[in-house]
Amino acid sequence: MLPQTIAEKILSKHVGKPVYAGELCVVPVDGAMATDTTGPLAIKAFREMGGERLANPERFHLIIDHAAPAPNERIANLHRMMRSFAEETGCHFYDIGSGICHQVMVDHHRVNPGEVFMGADSHTPTYGAVNALACGVGSTDLAAVMLTGKIWLKVPSSIRVNLHGHHLREGVSAKDIVLEVVKHITISGANYQSVEYHGELLHYLSLSDRMVLCNMVAEMGAKTGIVSPEGLQLPFNFEPVFADKEAVYTRVLDIEAETIHPRLAIPHSPDNIHDVSAYAGTPITYGFIGTCTNGRLQDLQSAAAILKNKKIPSGVRLVIAPASRQVLLDAMKDGTLQILIEAGASIINSGCGPCVGTHDGVPGDGEVVISAANRNFKGRMGNPRSDIYLASPATVAASVLYGRITVPNQSN
Amino acid sequence: MAKAHVYGDNIDTDRIIPGKYTKTLDLSMLAAHVMEDVDPAFASRFQEGDLIVAGDNFGCGSSREQAPLALKTAQVSLVIARFFARIFFRNAINIGLPVLEVPHHSIQMGDEISFNLAEGKVVNHTRQEVYQATPLPPVMLNIMQEGGLVPYLKKYKDFIL
Ligand code: SF4
Repeated sequence: MLPQTIAEKILSKHVGKPVYAGELCVVPVDGAMATDTTGPLAIKAFREMGGERLANPERFHLIIDHAAPAPNERIANLHRMMRSFAEETGCHFYDIGSGICHQVMVDHHRVNPGEVFMGADSHTPTYGAVNALACGVGSTDLAAVMLTGKIWLKVPSSIRVNLHGHHLREGVSAKDIVLEVVKHITISGANYQSVEYHGELLHYLSLSDRMVLCNMVAEMGAKTGIVSPEGLQLPFNFEPVFADKEAVYTRVLDIEAETIHPRLAIPHSPDNIHDVSAYAGTPITYGFIGTCTNGRLQDLQSAAAILKNKKIPSGVRLVIAPASRQVLLDAMKDGTLQILIEAGASIINSGCGPCVGTHDGVPGDGEVVISAANRNFKGRMGNPRSDIYLASPATVAASVLYGRITVPNQSN
Repeated sequence: MAKAHVYGDNIDTDRIIPGKYTKTLDLSMLAAHVMEDVDPAFASRFQEGDLIVAGDNFGCGSSREQAPLALKTAQVSLVIARFFARIFFRNAINIGLPVLEVPHHSIQMGDEISFNLAEGKVVNHTRQEVYQATPLPPVMLNIMQEGGLVPYLKKYKDFIL
């Protein structure tokens, strides 16, 4: 057998014969998920296909996170439709407040190493953090998975990203690393491919860090992103999937972790990457920490470290959406939430919040937002006349403290 | 024949249909706002049956199927791009919006175009040129010819590669 990448290995195991980049195959799907943006259309397509029973209700998840709680009657009725579909089919259902789909799937171990997972959301590759092959699909593809338990796909070729080094500079986190990767690969550079992460730095990265790395492969156009399992810790035994030594990559990117400075994606594209220092001083009025990229406990803690015993000045606001109920509870227990609220932050429901411009903090005309999210497309947060800069939670926290884009360091 | 509306590279799904409009099963509402953040004059310029011609990576960003659905409901007859972002490409074919990847062409705003999907052929009548699309894998071509994944699965019950 020829040497294989992680994606090739996982897919070979699923189709029962060795497959390689470029081959088309029909793949059995282990788990699948849809949200309140994609679920209603998926349910409709499932019905139109003649679907009555789910192929695998035990491994199908419906979650209300994108507009939760419902901001209007139209969305409230879509939520009702999801609730009754879940009841009827016996699939897993997560109501408002559970959190963002991707965080909930990982928190609840709904996806495991070596599995194939299809999510009707473009950031589904986040689960590559647990060494799974996870892809984002649209509603109709998902409906077909609901009905048949399978999907057709092309085995992706892979880009190898080697993260060298043993530590990061002060004020630098996994978000800055992934922004650096996006800068090199660009918004379409990984189209149809898998982005595979390797290197010594993995031994020093938490599960949350790994989720950040895989989350933003969506901003490179990738089909999936997978972290090699070195250093991966899960609360159960698992069979890790490593790449073969001689596996073939379309591109190898070497990154020296210690050389990375805090990074920023400037409007209006997530691959428009610069050093935070180059834009330091740019006035902002609105900071947002949350999302499937950076709404986890360690993100809230890094903001709290900067905002402890400080006050966000008037004229500036900070909105925080913990990524899941679990994150919210953990941040309550360890006092992180108290620090953030005392500093003046608004804590909103666990979910997507203002990330996708539906509710919970739409920016006004001419406003400049600094956000820990993954996308800064024009209009992303609900107003095409506002500007969004993307950065790490530490950079967002430091920036709201001064009302200007600020490099996070000890003096903040 | 149909008129071409030509736009640039990396047109993301947030600009094709903003997230604030996507939570609906009312397709006419999607169509009413399609492309408004790309071109505020789109709605007034566009005539039913016209086509959209974009550069690289059309439809990047979210998995929202509302993006191709909005274009289809607005009666866009074809979207041409040098290449598409992968989720958008699958979604478009799955819901029956005709799409072709044409790596080389010189279509300009307002050119009169006709096309043949099965052959992947695009004719520019204004410039008297013919362009060839990148061929689709048979499974995708079949889904497109059946009018989308719903009719395809109803007919075949399974995927045929
Ligand atoms: S947090 Fe934002 S990017 Fe993540 S799933 Fe929700 S809307 Fe999408």
